[in-house]
Amino acid sequence: MDKTPQTKPRDSWTYSPEINAEIRRAADTGIYDIRGGGAKRRVPHFDDLLFLGASISRYPLEGYREKCDTSVTLGTRFAKKPIELKIPVTIAGMSFGALSGPAKEALGRGATLAGTSTTTGDGGMTNEERGHSQKLVYQYLPSRYGMNPDDLRRADAIEIVVGQGAKPGGGGMLLGQKITERVARMRNLPMGIDQRSACRHPDWTGPDDLEIKILEIREITNWEKPIYIKIGGARPYYDTALAVKAGADVVVLDGMQGGTAATQDVFIENVGQPTLACIRPAVKALQDLGMHRKVQLVVSGGIRTGADVAKALALGADAVAIGTAALVALGENDPKWASEYAALGTTADAYDDWHEGKDPAGITTQNPELMQRFDPIEGARRLRNYLAVLTLECQTIARACGKSHVHNLEPEDLCALTIEAAAMAGVPLAGTSWVPGQSGF
Amino acid sequence: MQSIDLATTPLRELNSALQAQAALTNQTEWEILNPKGAHAIAVGLDAPIEVTVKGSTGYYCAGMNKQATVKVTGSAGPGVAENMMSGTVIIDGDASQYAGATGHGGLLVIKGNASSRCGISMKGIDIVVHGNIGHMSAFMAQSGNLVVLGDAGDALGDSLYEARLFVRGSVKSLGSDCIEKEMRPEHVEILRDLLDRAGADADPSEFKRYGSARKLYNFHVDHAGAY
Repeated sequence: MDKTPQTKPRDSWTYSPEINAEIRRAADTGIYDIRGGGAKRRVPHFDDLLFLGASISRYPLEGYREKCDTSVTLGTRFAKKPIELKIPVTIAGMSFGALSGPAKEALGRGATLAGTSTTTGDGGMTNEERGHSQKLVYQYLPSRYGMNPDDLRRADAIEIVVGQGAKPGGGGMLLGQKITERVARMRNLPMGIDQRSACRHPDWTGPDDLEIKILEIREITNWEKPIYIKIGGARPYYDTALAVKAGADVVVLDGMQGGTAATQDVFIENVGQPTLACIRPAVKALQDLGMHRKVQLVVSGGIRTGADVAKALALGADAVAIGTAALVALGENDPKWASEYAALGTTADAYDDWHEGKDPAGITTQNPELMQRFDPIEGARRLRNYLAVLTLECQTIARACGKSHVHNLEPEDLCALTIEAAAMAGVPLAGTSWVPGQSGF
Repeated sequence: MQSIDLATTPLRELNSALQAQAALTNQTEWEILNPKGAHAIAVGLDAPIEVTVKGSTGYYCAGMNKQATVKVTGSAGPGVAENMMSGTVIIDGDASQYAGATGHGGLLVIKGNASSRCGISMKGIDIVVHGNIGHMSAFMAQSGNLVVLGDAGDALGDSLYEARLFVRGSVKSLGSDCIEKEMRPEHVEILRDLLDRAGADADPSEFKRYGSARKLYNFHVDHAGAY
């Protein structure tokens, strides 16, 4: 027997098993990988920041006793009827079509119980979500599926979607498997076909046109509704400045970890900037224009904990929005469906083929049998609980930093664990006074 | 006849007055003087009133119209009658880009020419253009009818869904998945009715019909070059 020591098989870092599997899949199918969710790659994030807390130079508030306000008002610039929220966490836009009707209902109910808003998505407004959402933001998207003046007027705010973090510069695609009769009717398209959503608005181009589009919407809605502009994390300084110039009441900024119902994996993972890298440039744009806190900033993309909420606010946001985390709170990717995820060739927590409509949790599907697994009342309770925890956690941190309102959190309350995060967030590297890019090198 | 002069009346006041008209109003006739290219004139109307704009308009005139008849005696800027739900909009002159964009219903008549992207993403609106239309018209058009008495520019009906396109003149090029289709008797009837309603003196037999080849309805790698 040959006793010569063998070289241990070694996977290539460049041609890893995952990469090779994707090459084989592409060769087999001839189509790029489509999936839901946001960027899965590791990028600098809120985890790379820490709060300093109070000390001799900062006076903390008594936890559970001294008030730490969490209320937020969105749309104070031009709208006659700004939106008042009890907590600084909103529910991001997700469509009926991508999500089941009961899932949308649960989002509306849960958000209402928590005193916050939810948001429609591509595909129009359903009566159910309007009915269950005390405060509903109506998205104005390039596809204009289901768009009509009556729904504009019964919305509490209007969000003009220019981009989203998962795919800045890209449109959408709802694959035929999820196009039931109702979804098709709402979008005025045949059942069963892939429904493409354009990447650009059909009737305006550039910020000057957008200003006129906003004028039209305000005229149709009697200048009552706050107008949000949602941008993906592409060029946050200039996009924020141009949104303000165009007349936005609120800027919604979505980093690359922000989810989508379905788009190309190559797009999700390779286009756009991490949420952490987007906030300070956007805030600087607002500050340079003298509009910080006058035009509110809502940040989304990878918000999971109350610490994330607090960090986003400390960097200058007025509120955050959650999408993926809200779905997880409802029951998406729950390990109790492990065997069914395995049957789909995936695992709980990794399942992202939301476009296929086979979601075992009954949330990202239009399949009636799967939808029945999801109880919207229970889902609403879970979402309400989760939102309460996010808020309590954020308050805990704010009090520890001596803040009587979560909006009083500031960059000076933070330090960074990595040079990258320090540079992106514009806060010192822990243990130093060094802010890469700002204070020498 | 109610008359509002935009030289002396703020836009908000004009639109508020028009939007306040109820279904059974007896103030059914309105004229708007001195529009001078102002944007968002007569938007969001929802009553069976007749509004005549004496002059030319800027962006989004008659946007999201319901029930009303809006006539512009001059030309219209971009996005005229965008997302119209019902009613009628008539432009005596030319229309700029995106005329009738995403319209869900109603009739848009352009007696002159329409620029690029006429009927883009239309969702049930009927559009009759007496003159020519520009490039990329009826892009991603979902349903409704686009009738062109003159010529059509490049890439007509690109990525078309179920909208019907009728063109009397030449078509510079067809967009992806748009093909010429047989003009069956039911199409002749639809066309004849639209021509009548639009006051267009034309013989339906002179038109060709274009529609979707439906090859892009579900992705297939063999059609990837068409995207």
